[in-house]
Amino acid sequence: MATDSHDGAEKGAELVFHPMDQFIVKPLFGDGPVGMFTVTNVTLWMALAVLCTIGLLVLGTSGRSVVPSRIQSIAELCYGFIRKMVEDVASKEALPYFPYIMTLFIFIVFSNFLGLIPGSFTTTSHIAVTAVMAMAVFLAVTILGFVKNGMGFLSLFWISAAPLPLRPILALIEIISYFVRPVSHSIRLAGNMMAGHAVIKVFAAFAPMVLISTGIGLVVTPLSILAITAIYALEVLVSFIQAYVFTILTCVYLKDALHPHH
Amino acid sequence: MEGDVVQMGAYIGAGLACTGMGGAAVGVGHVVGNFLSGALRNPSAAGGQTATMFIGIAFSEALGIFSFLVALLLMFAV
Repeated sequence: MATDSHDGAEKGAELVFHPMDQFIVKPLFGDGPVGMFTVTNVTLWMALAVLCTIGLLVLGTSGRSVVPSRIQSIAELCYGFIRKMVEDVASKEALPYFPYIMTLFIFIVFSNFLGLIPGSFTTTSHIAVTAVMAMAVFLAVTILGFVKNGMGFLSLFWISAAPLPLRPILALIEIISYFVRPVSHSIRLAGNMMAGHAVIKVFAAFAPMVLISTGIGLVVTPLSILAITAIYALEVLVSFIQAYVFTILTCVYLKDALHPHH
Repeated sequence: MEGDVVQMGAYIGAGLACTGMGGAAVGVGHVVGNFLSGALRNPSAAGGQTATMFIGIAFSEALGIFSFLVALLLMFAV
């Protein structure tokens, strides 16, 4: 985690703040070292994401009218969207695992969207956070595959549709790509969130240039403010799409565990 | 002095790893472009294939992510 990102930063006049400063994990109370059980800003924003989830789903299901209220229809849309995704991508047999996938999606969506509030902290921009989720999916899917299919799960790597001489090579490639899954699964989310927020901060550093020089500043400042707005809009989209991609890949992996035969 | 050269090499390597972004961009653009050209030919079948498109995007993006990973390793681990 970027606890000491100041190393290469020039303390000059051009950058008032370092673009990676927003990802520093710091304790909420006091200035002590960050230990295993320290309450940090990550803890705070994760708790807020959980609170938002509870708020949406509890408030959404408390009324339960036939003509849904606004919050009820949001909750219902969410539920229907994920349920349909699980059914379409991972078949009907995957529905017992739907609650886990729904949990993942809602948590990631709320973490991403809460991170978009200016001055807040994006928990999903840390590989440590996403890696836990990706490893959990990876372990769960692997164990589930062996429990459901026994040794037949290994036929995932032995592609019977390919010609026989090619199969060992394909098996090697499949095994490598199988074990790379948690890496790409976690870094995709963390990298996208981190890159977007860092880009916004880089433009934010250029925005007050008009205060330094009125010559070039008159050009750079409006341009960078425009860029911040545009990238922020893109980030709203990316926040949702990355949560969607994380969930849909979980469904794909789940499908591989339930039906390993190609 | 030797440490400085190693550090310089690591930073240059991290910068070069950014060229992987171009590959990921080409891959993602190819996936979406082909999806769109197919979808415009047969719009009624397009809706059901959006999920497949996102899976394809995710897979081609994964290779770009590995270049990011290499850059991160060079910056912080070497």
